[in-house]
Amino acid sequence: MFGLLLLTKTKTIEFTVLENYRTKKFMLRITDLFARVEEKEIIKGLNLTVKPGEVHAIMGPNGAGKSTLGNVLSGREGYEVTGGSVDFNGKDLFELEIEERAREGLFLAFQYPVEIPGVSNMEFLKASVDAKRKHHGQSELSAVEFMKLARETSKRVNLDQAFLKRGVNEGFSGGEKKRNEIMQMMLLEPSLCILDETDSGLDIDALQVVANGVNAMRSPERSFIVVTHYQRLLDYIVPDYVHVLANGRIVKTGGKELALELEEKGYAWLENEAV
Amino acid sequence: MSEQVEHLIKKEYAAGFHTILDSETLPPGLNEDVIRFISAKKNEPEWLLEWRLKAYHAWLEMDEPEWAHVKYDDIDFQAVSYYSAPKSMDEKPKSLDEVDPELLRTYEKLGIPLHEQAALAGVAMDVVFDSVSVVTTFREKLLEVGVIFCSISEAVHKYPDLVKKYIGSVVPQKDNYYAALNCAVFSDGSFVYIPKGVRCPMELSTYFRINEQNTGQFERTLIIADEGSHVSYLEGCTAPMRDENQLHAAVVELIALDNAEIKYSTVQNWYPGNEEGKGGIYNFVTKRGVCHTNAKISWTQVETGSAVTWKYPSCILRGDNSVGEFYSVALTNNYQQADTGTKMIHIGKNTRSTIISKGISAGKSSNAYRGLVRINPGAEGARNYTQCDSLLIGDKCGAHTFPYIESKNPSAVIEHEATTSKVSEDQMFLCQQRGLDAEKAVSMIVNGFCREVFKELPMEFAVEAGKLLEVSLEGSVG
Repeated sequence: MFGLLLLTKTKTIEFTVLENYRTKKFMLRITDLFARVEEKEIIKGLNLTVKPGEVHAIMGPNGAGKSTLGNVLSGREGYEVTGGSVDFNGKDLFELEIEERAREGLFLAFQYPVEIPGVSNMEFLKASVDAKRKHHGQSELSAVEFMKLARETSKRVNLDQAFLKRGVNEGFSGGEKKRNEIMQMMLLEPSLCILDETDSGLDIDALQVVANGVNAMRSPERSFIVVTHYQRLLDYIVPDYVHVLANGRIVKTGGKELALELEEKGYAWLENEAV
Repeated sequence: MSEQVEHLIKKEYAAGFHTILDSETLPPGLNEDVIRFISAKKNEPEWLLEWRLKAYHAWLEMDEPEWAHVKYDDIDFQAVSYYSAPKSMDEKPKSLDEVDPELLRTYEKLGIPLHEQAALAGVAMDVVFDSVSVVTTFREKLLEVGVIFCSISEAVHKYPDLVKKYIGSVVPQKDNYYAALNCAVFSDGSFVYIPKGVRCPMELSTYFRINEQNTGQFERTLIIADEGSHVSYLEGCTAPMRDENQLHAAVVELIALDNAEIKYSTVQNWYPGNEEGKGGIYNFVTKRGVCHTNAKISWTQVETGSAVTWKYPSCILRGDNSVGEFYSVALTNNYQQADTGTKMIHIGKNTRSTIISKGISAGKSSNAYRGLVRINPGAEGARNYTQCDSLLIGDKCGAHTFPYIESKNPSAVIEHEATTSKVSEDQMFLCQQRGLDAEKAVSMIVNGFCREVFKELPMEFAVEAGKLLEVSLEGSVG
């Protein structure tokens, strides 16, 4: 396919349309990715293609590189890419700064959202939304417009409006932090959402709120990568694909039933395949 | 910290320009003749000249303080010029129309329109340029309610009794090295008197500007709030960018009589020197207020400028039930050094004080909080609460805390809380992952850290202070 890029412009466009029609255009294509953290190779030749509207679950044993993947894709410092490429919506992801990736529509929901004391949630959210709007040539929202939007959104995730005035995650419970993450996701309307073990430390009620939020955002244009250790979350967010990440590579891919199989058998039988 | 933050764009110090004016500047050097010249220039009464000379002789016997956590080359006090004024100010202009247009343009460039129509609504301003007060706005309007707001030089002539009674009453001539120097050579500054029971209808403000090369600025401010009155005062300051250091040694005295309240806010943005630590203002300032019965003095300061800051706005809580407050944000970047804090001296019964200090260090700077809480034997039921937070940006800067607590009354309750934190990579990453660039992320985190202090500033200035912090941090974060 890449050879065809050398054809004339018109032909390339024709080809792209055709390709979309046949296979649906991909949103994210990870090709032979290698990455390390502090000299230690964590991701070792990972391949993954995500098309618009798909939900991919990534499961795997502890230390398999699940969280590393989200951090590498979002550009976190300390995660060094040593090989491979990532195409995100037609752009070379590694050419973009952290904030550019975010503005281009890549969203990472954190496993442990950090507190920023004294910075009101409202101020933080507005600055984020405005940064994205500016990037896409739109005007910033007025304070009134944003307030309305933020209130509506906080209702959708069952977060009391008082949280908008409080410092970012300051004194929030674990569940409140995660709901705050989902609220940010809703406000920013990303095209690709990566949920990094969002279910960890959540009780069943909070888990449902989070899952409902995600499900409400599912659309043909939006994709999800749901990183999780347990099958439980996938009862609520039903994936199109389940991948098993072990030893830095995807060692098995299946449908949603694979998650159940993993729940039953554990990961050990697959880890051997990864070596 | 992060690499990408390290090479953020450097922005120039916006107030760093120099205005070319025909000025009368004394040659460098300090001796009795210089003091006589300054006094004669201002046509001062004999008592004030004597007062100055007494201070000068005391100063000669004193040593420069060396206990502060700052390092700088010895200052050659004979290399400083102690008086400089634009020639057009020889006869003080009676109205703005008579002020040199070049001077007016200077303030326009600094974003301070002096014409009353264009001025910030509700703010009266005294403008001090090098050694002289250029203009004071809204004077007539203030006089209608009896509020006196003028330059100290003018007050010496018009209100000699008030000046004579209160000048040096809070900060005596021999208080410290720089205060003594100021007493000897002070040139101008603001004078405020709020009569009994009057709530000053406007914010009062003084804007200090150093313009000439090799000159020092030695201003003197005296604010008297008579019984049951209330005033809010704000000062701001800037200077041109120069390679050599310049000296600023001010004295501020506040007197809050029974049931009076003074709120004094400072946004200090003197030139901090360049990235290599060359140039910048030496800011050696003595600020102190005395509270009589039921009175309250509240100091709020945002210190972002100066190469070296040495400053401890203090409260003497003399009257029973009086209240002292100190809210401070001190930010140092590059090679800046700050040693700042407060003194709360509890003398009266049931006196209360609050200290909230936020120090932010970036670059290779050093930032120290130094504070004294003293409870005298007679201060039954005194209370103090101190909160002292330091924020570090990068790993080449320093933050220090030197709290002194002296309690001589067993009924006193004194609390001291201190924290030191860093702008964490996790916080930066969260902001950037939500689309904010590194610069915006840092300024947002730092502003959040300072929030408790900013909310004490008058509204118009809280916004300014936030922006100033943002500019001061630019290029700093490493």
